[in-house]
Amino acid sequence: MNILRGRIHKYNKDNIDTDVIIPGPYLKIHDHKELGKHAMEGIDPNFSEKICEGDFLLTGKNFGCGSSREHAPIALHEVGIRAILSPSFARIFYRNAVDGGYLLPIEIDPASIDKISDKDEIEIDLDTNTITNTTTREEFNIKPFPEIISKIVKAGGLLYYKE
Amino acid sequence: MGMTITEKILARASNKKSVTPDDVVIANIDKVMIHDVSGPGVIKVFSEWEKKGINLDQIWDPDRVWISEDHFVPASDRISANNITLLTNWSKKFNIRKHFKYGLGQYGICHTLSHEEGLVLPGEIYVGGDSHTNTTGAMGALAVGLGHTDIAYVLMNGKIWFKVPETIRFTINGDKPEYIMAKDIILKIIGDIGTDGANYKAMQFTGETVDKLSMEERLTLTNMSTEAGAKNGIIEPDDITFEYLKTRTDMEFIPVKGDFDASFSNTFTYDIETLDPVIAKPYSPENICAVGDIEGEIIDKAYIGSCTGAKLEDLRMAAKILKGKQVKIRTEVLPAAQSIYLKAINEGLVSIFLEAGAVVGPPTCGACCGAHMGVLAKDEICISTTNRNFPGRMGHVESQTYLASPLVVAAAAINGKITDPRNEM
Repeated sequence: MNILRGRIHKYNKDNIDTDVIIPGPYLKIHDHKELGKHAMEGIDPNFSEKICEGDFLLTGKNFGCGSSREHAPIALHEVGIRAILSPSFARIFYRNAVDGGYLLPIEIDPASIDKISDKDEIEIDLDTNTITNTTTREEFNIKPFPEIISKIVKAGGLLYYKE
Repeated sequence: MGMTITEKILARASNKKSVTPDDVVIANIDKVMIHDVSGPGVIKVFSEWEKKGINLDQIWDPDRVWISEDHFVPASDRISANNITLLTNWSKKFNIRKHFKYGLGQYGICHTLSHEEGLVLPGEIYVGGDSHTNTTGAMGALAVGLGHTDIAYVLMNGKIWFKVPETIRFTINGDKPEYIMAKDIILKIIGDIGTDGANYKAMQFTGETVDKLSMEERLTLTNMSTEAGAKNGIIEPDDITFEYLKTRTDMEFIPVKGDFDASFSNTFTYDIETLDPVIAKPYSPENICAVGDIEGEIIDKAYIGSCTGAKLEDLRMAAKILKGKQVKIRTEVLPAAQSIYLKAINEGLVSIFLEAGAVVGPPTCGACCGAHMGVLAKDEICISTTNRNFPGRMGHVESQTYLASPLVVAAAAINGKITDPRNEM
């Protein structure tokens, strides 16, 4: 239940912002499928074609900085991304990802980035707070979710979370 | 141990005697804002909830909510026109009376309305469906941007969870030189701490310079706390705050100030008298240098607009430079709200802009977020009073935006190149 398996798509750049994740002209769109087609268009116009259901992103620090647009985690979810591994996330992106139940923002040690390559297969274990690179057999720790985040994640989003 | 203003507001709103950073609280919300991008997003969340059997006949408190039409007005196409209709029907259904409609009296950028209309009061918790909700923290309120799901949750329940942030204090001292604006100060700060320098944290601005700053200038500081990743930017309320609100609202409020022994996770101190005008180069608000360091770089377009850079005083400062001159590059001026537009006309500012050859457009977020109304072409270079310059922010992903104060932008407009405003004053 608490193990996710998927393939890594590596964009090793710090401060990937919401204008890149889903550019401004698409803000008027609220059809989730349509948003998915334009995910990460500002950094990789072919992004949506590369992603399979259940894949993960690996990025530099401060992923999702910029605007509060929930379009950003929605577009990434819609295209199939289920978790993002980054040394840190911008706060509104993090909240939106968790509270909307779209994907898991997983905080990793910056040193782990170089030990995971594009297309590597990994396993995320939320019970032991570890990730295993099944391609290289290396194991890394991830930062445990704070209690409230863990509860909201388990509930499947803020709507289902009971105080 | 005492509390900061941010901690005190969160304690009050969560019915606790005290809170400390990292506590998780459920806070009662005082005010909520949505606009024509986040509004349809919230409506979408409601419709998803409906599919799951959660039907809302009413929202928690329609009188604490307002709606602003600002991002895609005038409607840029059929989709954005439909969004306005959707929002209008929705606000009628839920009896939200404060709906500031494009072309129907006062309207403008949501953050500008929040202060211009006195919608948020000192001591309150205000959440908005937009990242620059932080702006309104200059009123001595806790103002925080949230996404669609969180706003929908607040509209249903009137409360939401917060982690109490640590507070970083920025103390600004000295007499402000006439060529320096709040924009220079906040760009300098972002340059020092980076776009994640205040992630999850509160940024509190204080010091003798801030004490003397006008309300509109203070709002520039808190607005761009967002660009440092902050949960909120805040300034303790004082006579300047109360005087500003007096002409805008008769609602009563209980101002909150931090305790003398409050604790800050870090303190930065600046002497404004030694600060040179600052500019942020593409592609990040943290990529700053002194304007003088890159003087002479060629610019294609000047943009004076947005919640950050088109308040009345911003327009006055730009007009000071543009008066009696001619612009050399395409220059667009978009006052941030209808009320500011009218004041700019009455003060003769709009004549100055038009006589200089600039175009003056209706209030809109428009090109600031690359949506419409003057977006940038590939390789086009813009100097702008707005708050972000990430790749593609104002148009094509290979366009470039420099961020600076209205004085610096106006000086570039009349020279067609980056110019230290001291050369034009």
